[in-house]
Amino acid sequence: MRITINGSPRDVAATTLAEALAEANLTGRIATALNGTFVPATLRETTPIRDGDAIEALAPMQGG
Amino acid sequence: MPVFYGSEIDSALMLGTAGYPSPKILADAFARSGAGIATVSLRREGGGGQDFWALIQSLGVRLLPNTAGCHSVREAVTTAHMAREVFATDWIKLEVIGHADTLQPDVFGLVEAARILAADGFKVFPYCTEDLTVCERLLDAGCQVLMPWGAPIGSGLGLNNPHGLRALRAAFPDVPLVVDAGIGLPSHAAAAMEMGYDAVLLNSAVARAGDPAAMAGAMADAIRAGRAAYLADPMERTDMAIPSTPVIGRAFL
Repeated sequence: MRITINGSPRDVAATTLAEALAEANLTGRIATALNGTFVPATLRETTPIRDGDAIEALAPMQGG
Repeated sequence: MPVFYGSEIDSALMLGTAGYPSPKILADAFARSGAGIATVSLRREGGGGQDFWALIQSLGVRLLPNTAGCHSVREAVTTAHMAREVFATDWIKLEVIGHADTLQPDVFGLVEAARILAADGFKVFPYCTEDLTVCERLLDAGCQVLMPWGAPIGSGLGLNNPHGLRALRAAFPDVPLVVDAGIGLPSHAAAAMEMGYDAVLLNSAVARAGDPAAMAGAMADAIRAGRAAYLADPMERTDMAIPSTPVIGRAFL
């Protein structure tokens, strides 16, 4: 299945958001959105992903 | 000292974390500034996010995540939710940008996003203009602090509309007000504080200075002086001279 993670296409075997993040080595303090909607950390393991989904995984960054 | 949503902060300087030459210089600048609040953001994790998290944890300041770069209500609201989880705070510096060149707030989207977020328990710090009507709407939406711009973000132009900022202060005497954006020099920050503003939020003026830590110290001094001057109740301005030396007893020569 092909999804997009942080703007880059990626083929994954994952079926949940948590598995997709693990496959992409996205760990640590991050927040996630699936197709533009926030998904809390507590729901990642039970949130299914489908072909064509777009995941954003955001981390703390400098800001003004 | 400013009180935001019931929390008293022991500095009127709020400092951004972007654009420093190195993490060490950022930490030095914060130490010299005495800032009580640091603004931060969220970006795609491409390495570095976890190190930055460790760095800001070591600063010993309260975090104010922003929604910088969001141009729609939906983006800003989603970003705010992500920030609340990552930074473990319900404080959010709400930016809904309306214009690419000036980074002027989209005040219509700002009010809408503020209402949504306030209803969801966020403590919203809106980056806004000094427009009295917009600010009234933001308060109606649930904001308990207002952050009008001094000038466009990163411009260093200072206070573009001092009359408007003074009018805002007069219109909302009990609302915490922060000049956010446009500060370039300590004199700009002092001027905001002399008007009775509760705090100043700046970033580029320190980060882009030749010696960021020294400029952070200068900003802190200016903000302290400006606040002290406001509390000392400055004299009225007049257009004509008023002799300061007594006229009575003057010799006829």
